[in-house]
Amino acid sequence: MSTTQAPVAAVRLPTTGLRHQLRATSVVWRRELVRFMRDRTRALTGLVQPLLFLFVLGTGLSSLVSRGTDIDFRTFLYPGIVAISVLFTATFAGISLVWDREWGFLREMMVAPVSRASILVGKALGGATVATAQSMVMLALCGVVDIPYDPVMLVEMVVLLFLAGLMLTAMSLAMVVRIRQFQAAFPLVQMVITPMMFLSGAMFPLSGLPRWLDILTTLNPLTYAVEPMRHVVFAQLSLSASDQATLDPGLTWGDWQVPVPVQVGVVVVVTIGLLALAIARFDRTE
Amino acid sequence: MSNSVRESGTPAAISIRGLTKTFGKGSHLVEAVRGIDLDVRTGETFGFLGPNGAGKSTTIKMLCTLADPTGGEATVAGHDVIRERDEVRRHIGLVFQETTLDTYLTAEQNLRFHAELYGVPRPELGPRLDEVLSMVGLNDRRDDLVQTFSGGMKRRLEIARGLLHSPRVLFLDEPTIGLDPQTRASIWEYLGELHRREDITVFVTTHYMDEAEHCDRMAIMDEGRIVALDTPEALKAAIGEDRVKIQTDDDDAAIKRLADRFDIEATTVGVDGNTSAVSFGVAGGEQFVPRLFDELGVPIRSVTVTRPSLDDVFLAYTGRTIRDAEAAARPVPPWARR
Repeated sequence: MSTTQAPVAAVRLPTTGLRHQLRATSVVWRRELVRFMRDRTRALTGLVQPLLFLFVLGTGLSSLVSRGTDIDFRTFLYPGIVAISVLFTATFAGISLVWDREWGFLREMMVAPVSRASILVGKALGGATVATAQSMVMLALCGVVDIPYDPVMLVEMVVLLFLAGLMLTAMSLAMVVRIRQFQAAFPLVQMVITPMMFLSGAMFPLSGLPRWLDILTTLNPLTYAVEPMRHVVFAQLSLSASDQATLDPGLTWGDWQVPVPVQVGVVVVVTIGLLALAIARFDRTE
Repeated sequence: MSNSVRESGTPAAISIRGLTKTFGKGSHLVEAVRGIDLDVRTGETFGFLGPNGAGKSTTIKMLCTLADPTGGEATVAGHDVIRERDEVRRHIGLVFQETTLDTYLTAEQNLRFHAELYGVPRPELGPRLDEVLSMVGLNDRRDDLVQTFSGGMKRRLEIARGLLHSPRVLFLDEPTIGLDPQTRASIWEYLGELHRREDITVFVTTHYMDEAEHCDRMAIMDEGRIVALDTPEALKAAIGEDRVKIQTDDDDAAIKRLADRFDIEATTVGVDGNTSAVSFGVAGGEQFVPRLFDELGVPIRSVTVTRPSLDDVFLAYTGRTIRDAEAAARPVPPWARR
């Protein structure tokens, strides 16, 4: 067949470079945001569980557990629950990779001339952004549990929530990159995040724990995301020294009190490790 | 840079040598592609036909760098599919059998997503979007969510997306599957239009024999091998025989008589469920009919003579009709399916 040489608005692709990879990451990221905005149901249902934890569980238990201290149990619970609100959305964002695979869209990304790292980093950033956006609703409720609306605290919380969201999305991605069925991915991720949630110090203080529980919470990366949030929130409260020691004893490695920046560092390092794992496991050829 | 292929004078858009692909091992070994050689010329529409499970999709996946060959080699747009994967990817457009659109995004958002992934320069993107959308007649639906699209519209959008980055070769894997005949015809119209608008080679797989008529050349693949390769006209001409179907009062006697008298092997085929007919191939069918009435000795109620179709071509090269071939297709492991 002869091709007529009509003027064709053909595009010329530049050679692949970092800038191209960044464009790919950016568009994968933006797609997550667009999809989240379109899906109001998901945005609302994601808030139900943390709200239940804070107001139903928190109120129910407060009469029982607040006796030894001057502080409302819900106030204690608050930073942990904000962290948990990130947990659900972020892990779900990771699972959405399996959804993309099942619905075929992943293939559109897999055949593009971009690295799998660009795709997964975009996916992780998207999950973290969406999770942070959602947890803002929880953040806005801090006044309800007697925590002042301090701008610095709120900014610090947003940064910490984003880092936690990034780590959890990366973890979820690392678990599901090779899973082909949505039904298989959900229980697997659930099985991992539920114990992580309970062992993170989100629901109870880390003081006076039995040895085995102490070891597990120290090994749990989520603990290093929850502790800084509690630290930032509690800085706004005037706690007695004994309450501080009971409710926010901080983290120790042996006898060493782990400083908050080091805790944040642990989150960053774990995130990078999990992302690298996810990328390595992400089979590009089907 | 994307001109280099033409400037270096390489005639083949796709060049395949000894390509093989096997799955599993030991007694579970499945040879999906058993060493094929093929050259697709630049600028042609090339049809790749065969029943499901023939190895078409596995071949297309290897050419698109989605699967690694077990053996042999292939170049697409002058780039090696194994060693220059990203270069191949930059120069091909893909339309898969299953939809790979994000139905939660609008048509334009799907295209923009693609443009970013492929690094289409921003200043060129706007005009190019208009161009590909109007080519498939979706310009007025660009801001609608893809979930509101019909199957045919989704397929057209995927064709537009596959063209967005001006690929040298457009691969379409069963682009008309699951679509009604009218939509199938319109998809082929758009593909025909393509050659007038773009300087492109089209490689299309299908298992609808009639669709191969739209191709410049076609290859028939069966059980992992290429069994025929030529223009549709040449393939039909090579068979030479017309197909004659007669309805008689006594089919068995007619078949026996055809064998004894004319040395023609005939078979009974079903017509509309309950009635049956005697079917056979013969050169110059129209001239044969008068002789048939004179010499058969069995009352004939009706006669039809048809020129060889591509179904007959398939039958001639594989010994089966394409429907039988599909029914008998060996189970294909999920990762190699279609």
